[in-house]
Amino acid sequence: MRQRNCDFVGTTMEVDGQSTLSLREFGCEQNLLSRPDGSSSFVQGDTSVLAGVYGPAEVKVSKEIYDRATLEVVIQPKVGLPDCIKILQTGSLVMQCQHLPQDGSKMLKMGSPIWNMDSRVKERAREQCVRETCEAALLSTLHPRSSLSLVLQVVHDDGSLLSCCLNAACMALMDTGLPMGCLFCGVTCAIDPEGHIVTDPTAQQEKNSRAVMTFAIDSAQRRVMMSSTKGSFSVNELQQCIAVSQRASEKFFQFYRDSVRRRYSKTL
Amino acid sequence: MSDCLKEKVGEVLLPGDVFSLERKPEKVICGPGLRRNGDEILVCKSGIFRHKHPNMYWIDSQQKRYVPAKGESVIGIVTAKSGDVFKVDVGGSELASLSYLAFEGATKRNRPNVKVGDLVYAQFIIANKDMEPELVCMDSCGRANGMGVFGLGGLLMKVSLGLVRRLLVPQSALVKELEKVFPFEMVVGLNGRVWVKAQSTQHMLVLGNLLEGCENMTAQQRHAVFRRVADSTP
Repeated sequence: MRQRNCDFVGTTMEVDGQSTLSLREFGCEQNLLSRPDGSSSFVQGDTSVLAGVYGPAEVKVSKEIYDRATLEVVIQPKVGLPDCIKILQTGSLVMQCQHLPQDGSKMLKMGSPIWNMDSRVKERAREQCVRETCEAALLSTLHPRSSLSLVLQVVHDDGSLLSCCLNAACMALMDTGLPMGCLFCGVTCAIDPEGHIVTDPTAQQEKNSRAVMTFAIDSAQRRVMMSSTKGSFSVNELQQCIAVSQRASEKFFQFYRDSVRRRYSKTL
Repeated sequence: MSDCLKEKVGEVLLPGDVFSLERKPEKVICGPGLRRNGDEILVCKSGIFRHKHPNMYWIDSQQKRYVPAKGESVIGIVTAKSGDVFKVDVGGSELASLSYLAFEGATKRNRPNVKVGDLVYAQFIIANKDMEPELVCMDSCGRANGMGVFGLGGLLMKVSLGLVRRLLVPQSALVKELEKVFPFEMVVGLNGRVWVKAQSTQHMLVLGNLLEGCENMTAQQRHAVFRRVADSTP
């Protein structure tokens, strides 16, 4: 008999009075998996991510840090092999490629490993963004010489994946009960060719845009903890996007509070 | 200062919430989930804010992973014997050590009969983030006082840490209601492990399911379920 707390916040919300600056419906559920120490699923429109946290647990001697916890983040793609297996595979395929003659027909076959490599690099970059944000929010010195592992399973990707990963990670860390200095949330902004800012874009909107930026905002002072950008934009546009993200983050933090309050409502 | 804390008692707080001590602070004891950070108190876990007279405050949260704390009684599983200590799994981030001399009446000649795989009910005498946790199976007077190796039979299960604390509250309503369903023995470790022993395996399994189920039930729902179970089990 597990408690379900799926809070779906209305329809699209207006952040800035302008209709483009709106967030898709978002929802969250905590403690939905039985094996991990903490888990959550976060849904933003059609983008959905499932997160599980294990820890503080025993750590391998090679990864042990004497004064704080070791955090590992793995993002599992929706389809395809987990990251570690891919490395082995692409490694061997690249080796083969080197021995191939520079012949057009055979080069075509190399398309798949190169594509794999590319998606792997993207994934690693995403993992690093999430890991560094979590490390900044967690008080990891309180659990030295232990390991924390965060596994993010992409259920469906319809744009703003990194921000959804960040939100799922924050809810899962909170569910685990790990000591945190502040909360964080992820907001993605896209700038379309006309120069309008679209918050929480869908995959189609991301594709049509000139630039996509994701920010992690902390709950204490609404400062930017992490930024990941793609495309070209002016300094002014960057600052506008940060301001918009900060305003959008209010919605997320209020949602976090409502969601946790609902979770504890039965034991109040 | 204590006014602004008292206002929030019973509310759900999130990590990052801050109480600032503007005026000259009174003495306040911060329990789990609260940290002093210069002139303010920082909340670092999500949960319900609790208060105990006169000045104790803490965050009551539902988590699954145990972090050892000094003085807490836990149920451990003996996983290895190395020299004169046993290594005990308590569900924390590392194994705890338990000396063979830390049992009632144990001497260098008279070793306690503990095998790998046994369950022990023990208490932490050393538990901090920088040292290996250490358990003992006797109190400061050298008496077992209920601690030691478990006998045969019984069923061990894992529940959330929040539920364990609810079971251990003096005069717990939950335990009183469970007692009425059918007679059983229960040992509750603060690490989320609960050992039960009843007449039959069926009763033990029913108890396990009830405990797991009542984690997220309101008092009325619990009454209804317990009554139904008491009527249907022979």
